[in-house]
Amino acid sequence: MCLAVPAKIIELDNQMATVEVGGLTREASTVLLPDAGIGDYVLIHAGFAISVVDEGAARETIRLFDEMTDGAGADD
Amino acid sequence: MTEASPLAYLDEFRDSPRIKELLARLRERRGGPFKIMEVCGTHTMAISRHGIRQAMPDDITLLSGPGCPVCVTSNSDIDTFIEIAASPGVIAASFGDMLRVPGTRMGLAEARSGGADVRIVYSPLDALTMARENPGNAVVFFGVGFETTAPTVAATLLEAAATGVDNFFVHSVHKLVPPALAALCAMPDLAIDAFLCPGHVTAIIGPEAYEPVARDFGIPSVIAGFEPLDIMLSLNMIAAQVDEARAEVELQYTRGVRPGGNPAAMDLMNRVFQPRDTEWRGLGVIPGSGLSIREEFAAHDAVRRFEVDVSYSREPKGCICGQILTGLKTPRDCRLFRKACSPDHPVGPCMVSSEGTCAAYFQYEA
Repeated sequence: MCLAVPAKIIELDNQMATVEVGGLTREASTVLLPDAGIGDYVLIHAGFAISVVDEGAARETIRLFDEMTDGAGADD
Repeated sequence: MTEASPLAYLDEFRDSPRIKELLARLRERRGGPFKIMEVCGTHTMAISRHGIRQAMPDDITLLSGPGCPVCVTSNSDIDTFIEIAASPGVIAASFGDMLRVPGTRMGLAEARSGGADVRIVYSPLDALTMARENPGNAVVFFGVGFETTAPTVAATLLEAAATGVDNFFVHSVHKLVPPALAALCAMPDLAIDAFLCPGHVTAIIGPEAYEPVARDFGIPSVIAGFEPLDIMLSLNMIAAQVDEARAEVELQYTRGVRPGGNPAAMDLMNRVFQPRDTEWRGLGVIPGSGLSIREEFAAHDAVRRFEVDVSYSREPKGCICGQILTGLKTPRDCRLFRKACSPDHPVGPCMVSSEGTCAAYFQYEA
């Protein structure tokens, strides 16, 4: 039930956003995320944007993983 | 793929060699055995679907927890909503997950067959629109869900109050995750050594909310994303904590969760709701673990508006959902599983919900 899908804000008017999810557009409220702007990737839950998806953090997770497993490879 | 977007990394988060590498690390580990509870139903589904539970080495057990809002909603709360739905002039609006959950006498879907006006909505805002379009009816929304969902319902209720939509009501059975984890930890027969914590609840409440559990009960907590790589990374982080005898709150799902959570959402939630003691299926009454509507918004509170008698409520016979939700048993321990209880004929909520533990086992862990 806590499912949230990442979507991109393509239009924003008075805290109602048009967001794009996998090529489809739908409406979502940004009342819970007042700082969200056009172009942001956000997580949508029950018709509301609840969090901005942080691209830098996504990249960092992958980098940490690669670092970590390279370390494991060296032990073998 | 030239555009840099967080979604462009989705392939990496589902990348099979990376996941195998992380699994190999868990297998090579030389620590003692331990049990992890995946608190969140969305994690349960992902873990089952990707075969992660079965892939675990013998010394690591993954148990499903109480993080399926549909599953932990008590029969008396379901019966109450069904009685309200059957009242004259009511349009009952609910997330789809709730419809097939059996109450004591019937479920919402059966109430609908019997003539009640029950409608599925994707967002509480859809229910508000219904109220505007049907001024002669009372539109009652079933407020089921944790901290992820409660702010969306709070924002909708505030909008109804601000724009004078007097025929919009909420039956709030919202629940809070940290008090439930504390209650689990305090159970004398607790069999859990670590928590895999829900990513989207934490996007709202912030990682700090689990500090008391880590500190007071010495249980490591890692907040995880929902892709296979997220989960495998988080399991490795938990294993490292167990092996180093640490009990900390760590955040793996950094792309979706900020320190401090989402303050705007918490503000709205706290303006509309206040904590109350509430009953969880399987866990009993947990102090301060539910949300009721504040006096200021009493005019939109369904339980104040509709008086119903559900003294007949009781839990389904033979169903061990309660013990499954607390990690004491698994669906395979239930004599109804795959016999009297299946997704076509569910006896208890864990078989109904798309993220229920029994449904996940039925579908993926035969």
